[in-house]
Amino acid sequence: MPWPTERRHLGQATPRLDGAAKVSGSAKYAYDVNLPGLLYAVVLYSPHGRARITKLNTDPARRSPGVRALAARRQVGSELRYHGEYIAAVAADTEAQARDAIRAIQIEYEVLPSCATEEAALAADAPKLLNEGNVSRGEPRSRGDVDSGLRAGAATYENTFRCAVMTHACLETHGGVVQYEDGGKVTVWSSTQAVAGVRNDLARSLQKSPADVEVICEYMGGGFGGKLGGTMEESTAAELARQAGRPVKLLLDREQDQTFAGCCRSIVATVKLAADANGRLTGADCSSYGTGGIGGRGGISFPYIYNVGASRHQHTDVFTNQGNMRALRAPGSPKSSWVMESAMDGLAEKLGIDPVLFRQRNLPQGSYWVRQLSEGAQRIGWDQRPKTGSQTGRYRTGYGCALAQWGGGGHDSNARVAIHHDGKVEIWCATQDIGTGSRTVMAVVAAETLGLNPTDITVYVGRGSYPPSGGSGGSTTIGGIAPAARAASEAALAKLFERIAPGLGAAPGDLEAYPGGIRRKGQTGGLSWQEACGRLGPETIDVTAAKDRSLGGSGVNGAQFAKATVDTETGVIKLDRIVAIQDCGLVVNRLTCESQIFGAVTMGIGLALFEQRILDPTSARMLNPNLEFYKLAGASDIPPIEVLLEDHPERGVIGVGEPPYIPTAAAIGNAVANALGVRVTDIPLTPAKVLAALAGKGGSA
Amino acid sequence: MDSPETTQPTRTPSRRDFLRGAAVTAAAGGLVGCADAQTAPAAATAKLTDKVIRGAVVAPLQVNGQTIEVVVEPRTTLLDALRDGETPAGQDVDHTGAKRVCDRGTCGACSVLLDGKLVYACSVLALDAVGKPIRTVEGLAAGGKLSVVQEEFVKHDGLMCGFCTPGFVMAATALLEQNNNPTRAQIQGALDGNLCRCGTYHRVFEAVDAAAERLRKGAR
Repeated sequence: MPWPTERRHLGQATPRLDGAAKVSGSAKYAYDVNLPGLLYAVVLYSPHGRARITKLNTDPARRSPGVRALAARRQVGSELRYHGEYIAAVAADTEAQARDAIRAIQIEYEVLPSCATEEAALAADAPKLLNEGNVSRGEPRSRGDVDSGLRAGAATYENTFRCAVMTHACLETHGGVVQYEDGGKVTVWSSTQAVAGVRNDLARSLQKSPADVEVICEYMGGGFGGKLGGTMEESTAAELARQAGRPVKLLLDREQDQTFAGCCRSIVATVKLAADANGRLTGADCSSYGTGGIGGRGGISFPYIYNVGASRHQHTDVFTNQGNMRALRAPGSPKSSWVMESAMDGLAEKLGIDPVLFRQRNLPQGSYWVRQLSEGAQRIGWDQRPKTGSQTGRYRTGYGCALAQWGGGGHDSNARVAIHHDGKVEIWCATQDIGTGSRTVMAVVAAETLGLNPTDITVYVGRGSYPPSGGSGGSTTIGGIAPAARAASEAALAKLFERIAPGLGAAPGDLEAYPGGIRRKGQTGGLSWQEACGRLGPETIDVTAAKDRSLGGSGVNGAQFAKATVDTETGVIKLDRIVAIQDCGLVVNRLTCESQIFGAVTMGIGLALFEQRILDPTSARMLNPNLEFYKLAGASDIPPIEVLLEDHPERGVIGVGEPPYIPTAAAIGNAVANALGVRVTDIPLTPAKVLAALAGKGGSA
Repeated sequence: MDSPETTQPTRTPSRRDFLRGAAVTAAAGGLVGCADAQTAPAAATAKLTDKVIRGAVVAPLQVNGQTIEVVVEPRTTLLDALRDGETPAGQDVDHTGAKRVCDRGTCGACSVLLDGKLVYACSVLALDAVGKPIRTVEGLAAGGKLSVVQEEFVKHDGLMCGFCTPGFVMAATALLEQNNNPTRAQIQGALDGNLCRCGTYHRVFEAVDAAAERLRKGAR
């Protein structure tokens, strides 16, 4: 059945079902699991960017008080290639004892020449970090005759834009608790974005059947793409737990989380755009390189969003001595946006065309974006936008905009629904709540389908053994679990109709659910839900169904506008306002959906202004593997944010967790360029870079 | 950029106090020594009268109106005592609402009220908390009913993954106990010691505004 046209709960603001657990401290994360006999594991990791182990004696650690198990991951002679690389782990009765034991390990290193930056790794005399070399050059991808396209332009704009390496900085670090049960089964409490995936991965690495591995993640403290795979923590904890015969908790410390457990790629992109005198793009060329650590690969999308005419893009991956990248919220796209949207504004300025108008001329006519740009311009007060470079005072204010594009189609998913004779409804799915509110989404859908309220539904997520569903990556969750919850609820309701119809002297097809009960179609009175379920007898209705693919869609659009004021004496950027317009098909829960957009914009502010993994150029050691010098946006950094969520029920459910993160940084950067008349080309836009650009160094028009 | 009227709840002790406190002396009264450190954690050697404490001791902590005896070492932080501590009988203290995120006084996820003041529990030694009332997020819901602040956090969705939420709830509670009519800048200032990676700040501001309004109208 399609989504209902009259909706009681879908699209409304429904508070999270697990809100009370989260505000009262009773929500148990993997990090909070306490078990009888629990041991605490601590990891010894490389303090160097690149080094070889010349001596390693773990005996003193094994003899250290309270130590019950030790797992070595590297040996004498091993080359360590980044700060944070695993060397060994110990498990002890208390965490303090485990730390003492780690300190007792005798280890010596030969520090080797390292490459902290892309430029160092690209240098002719660079140390060779991998057998295959430090560089992987991608094939150029082109469409049309780009050289003619660029020549055909009335104006061209060329610049080089940079984006730093960021880390995920999840508040709950990576890891979990592993317990071997009697009979050889293993239970794992994991901080993960993929309970089903971790279950299968761990079963493989432990050489067990998935049937003998349970992965539990009731709550998890943030993932942002970094907890989709990679089970080093869990498999190490499992090894320690097996040795000790006791459960083991292993969660990384903050320093290792910041150095080992994922980052996103950097980008250095030289881009050239050309447009004719009417402001229509004729050609676009980009060559880029970047690093995703010692083996990470991935560039940017170019061209991004706009119809550019002929285009060409070539990307080179550069390997450096830092922990590898993992997926990070809309991988690559915020940086694609930074490069493309910055260049778009630069070219609009050259052409003397308003940046909003210039964008609209290079988008498909009638597209969501064209309309969203007009709407956003009106809401931010675009008509107040000053002429770029016209201000001379200490404080200068500017306006900027940028667009977002994402897929968000759902992954495969199943759900199981039970209806009991007392009216209780339960629903199960091997999904997880990474903060997006997936429990509540399933309850909203089931309640809408069954004529109940979301609080009437008991939802079980966060176990790998529940009906199979996907990992929470690519904004695919809601498009998987909402249609699965719909399909399973409908199947359960059909069973209920079958069972109670004879007693009502009706055919099952004559019945329908209405708010609070079951009735004959078109009639006003009927049985209450409790009365109807009371006729079930002892046999509970229990059905599992796969998602109905027709209930999901794909492809979302967004536009964001920023207003910012720059203090030209200190270089500090203060955000005055952000307007975020986003569509996502059918809105399931307006409250949590809008929260995703607020959150994405907030993370985008961090990308624009604050976040950067800083490596010591000589040693490749991370200098800010913490949360005071790796800066996240804080409360006072948040300007008024206006979110406009467009509901398009006809398109089905589409995920929206990632796309609103994409354009924020570019919109802010364009606002700053409008304010200053000089473009800071390198995010994060730190005060030092702003002042350098104002002084004519490192910036450009 | 703080406006002059911005006030922040006092956070004591500071990180400097913490470092000073690492050379802890047994000034705190009421420490109960017990025997045989070799079978720690459920045992201790230090005596009440010792000037310098080594090894495990039993610290009576007043948590949410209840005294809990926790086996700690001088180096054990209040946070670790609340989360991972055990009683001498081997019972888990298991107050896991406060989280360890940065472990160095930056992120506020471990915020609790100590003697009425908002502190980072990662930066207070458990022994320094002896004799002072400790309020944790678990103690806010009287008789299972959420506090006004907690209710508004849920209603306004001032949480996503929820890992930072106990800290934000404690910081907001501390603010509103001092000032139930804060400006937006005062709310932001009071929450500047807490980090949220999901980006719930905007929603949290709305929740604190709504809670303040209800508290001004006498809600409890």
